[in-house]
Amino acid sequence: MAKELIIEKWSNMVSVVEIGATKSEGGSRSGVIKVGGQGTLPCLFKEGAMPNKPVIASEVWDTAPSDWPDGPVSWAEKCLKENKADLVCLRLQGAHPDLGNKSPEEEAKLLKDFLKNIDLPMIIIGCGDDAKDNLILPACCQIARQEKCLIGSAVSDNYKTITAAALADGHSIIAESPIDINIAKQLNILISDMGLALNRIVINPTIGALGYGLEYAYSIMERARLAALAGDKTVASPFICFVGQEAWRVKEAKAGSLEQGIVWEAITATALIQAGADILVMRHAKAIEEVKKYIDKLWS
Amino acid sequence: MFIIGELINGMYKDIGEAIKKKDKSIIEKCALAQIKSGADALDLNCGPVSKEPIYDIQWLVETVQAVTDKPLALDSSKPKVIESGLKVIKNKAIINSTTADLEKLEILVPLAKQYQTKLIGLTISSKGIPQTKEQRLELAATIVAYCSEGGFAIEDLYLDPIILPVNVAQAQMRDILESIHEFKIISDPSPKTFVGLSNVSQGTKVRSLINRTFITMAAAFRLDAAILDPLDRDLIDALITAELILNKQIYCDSYLEAYRRK
Repeated sequence: MAKELIIEKWSNMVSVVEIGATKSEGGSRSGVIKVGGQGTLPCLFKEGAMPNKPVIASEVWDTAPSDWPDGPVSWAEKCLKENKADLVCLRLQGAHPDLGNKSPEEEAKLLKDFLKNIDLPMIIIGCGDDAKDNLILPACCQIARQEKCLIGSAVSDNYKTITAAALADGHSIIAESPIDINIAKQLNILISDMGLALNRIVINPTIGALGYGLEYAYSIMERARLAALAGDKTVASPFICFVGQEAWRVKEAKAGSLEQGIVWEAITATALIQAGADILVMRHAKAIEEVKKYIDKLWS
Repeated sequence: MFIIGELINGMYKDIGEAIKKKDKSIIEKCALAQIKSGADALDLNCGPVSKEPIYDIQWLVETVQAVTDKPLALDSSKPKVIESGLKVIKNKAIINSTTADLEKLEILVPLAKQYQTKLIGLTISSKGIPQTKEQRLELAATIVAYCSEGGFAIEDLYLDPIILPVNVAQAQMRDILESIHEFKIISDPSPKTFVGLSNVSQGTKVRSLINRTFITMAAAFRLDAAILDPLDRDLIDALITAELILNKQIYCDSYLEAYRRK
């Protein structure tokens, strides 16, 4: 007798978050990226809806490499020309008190230049210093008003200022928790209590690179997704995974050939797609290219 | 846990009066308060004061479905009253209830199929209330067999072991709890399990405490649904916490609030 495939029925789906606003929506982006909307576990195409492919954001910084003559905007333009990412993730690292201490005004001005020269939907990430992020992110939110960016990261000790800024200027938010499903859920509740709709929150579950705790991230993401599909709207957010940042910090990626680092980043990314990642923030053009191919093949 | 709010019942004085005077506002208020407190569905029972339950149930259905699209449980021991309610219902419906008696099953199972409702099956028959787990299981098997032969989806069947008041039938409590678990393994797919909670504390002095202690224990024995007073906040808190302990919800500091948002 032929075996029948048992198909799971779920009652809820992952919320759909939109990033970017085109001219007709009051922004200046070339398109709108939609993430989420899954009605089943990752890549079980026969079991439920999987309407939006995972997308790749190219990570660029507010500082250019020291041997680049033209400043961060032209460096970002060069990167984006090479890697064909779906969106751009600007990390305002130079605002960190120990790494340049750029002022909110400087960052806002830089962002203005970015928005003028680069038309991809944007993710804007602070420097990781809570006090400083509370100054630079509101300034950047305001400059990027109407552009429907994704702003991060809100953490449980520091989410109010960022949430208020995102709320005022029409952006969505990244809620970051330290590989902890309980905190992820709590943070989503706290942020939505401030009035930001759950479909404007993306969870950063915090990941480890291949060989460095990737499986912990995987199990947290799986647990959240199972609960989300079973009806828990407070964890039904798309995931953003900072793949480049994690992959390029491990010794295997740095010590071997460049090719080995690229593979490390690409494999970390593909494993996270299987875990349910919706947005992959990546660094190397070649790794981005390979992972894009992988996504297109899976979703074709 | 699927919570059916029990408060729209003509045996309560205010509801009985409202049915008699056809005062919609009291019914609407009661419906919305129960939903706000966590009810997933609402029970509608005309109660003993109703002289014409066939008309009154229609009035109740129409009144309540004007303010909510939650499922409604048509609660009557008379199949004609239930059928009357089904004729006007637009929301999802639950038939409350059939017994294991053939003359009831013959009418109510086809009705449940026709109107695509869920069906509550009491493990009771004209011979009386069961006294042991074995009797409960036998009656449950009768209902399950009738439903599956009639093509009614077993997942939509809610089996009730019949709770007796703890001050009357203390010796049966363990049997009742174990019956809930055994109902779940009676067939594959499993039927759902259900209790009318308030009965357990009937005639006692600490009703709320007994109710919430029973429901947490029943949850551990795989109870799926209950008809209860959703306005009893301590009861709902205990229920939510029981589900947390059973890993049906992800813990977070605001888990009570998170559950109520669903």
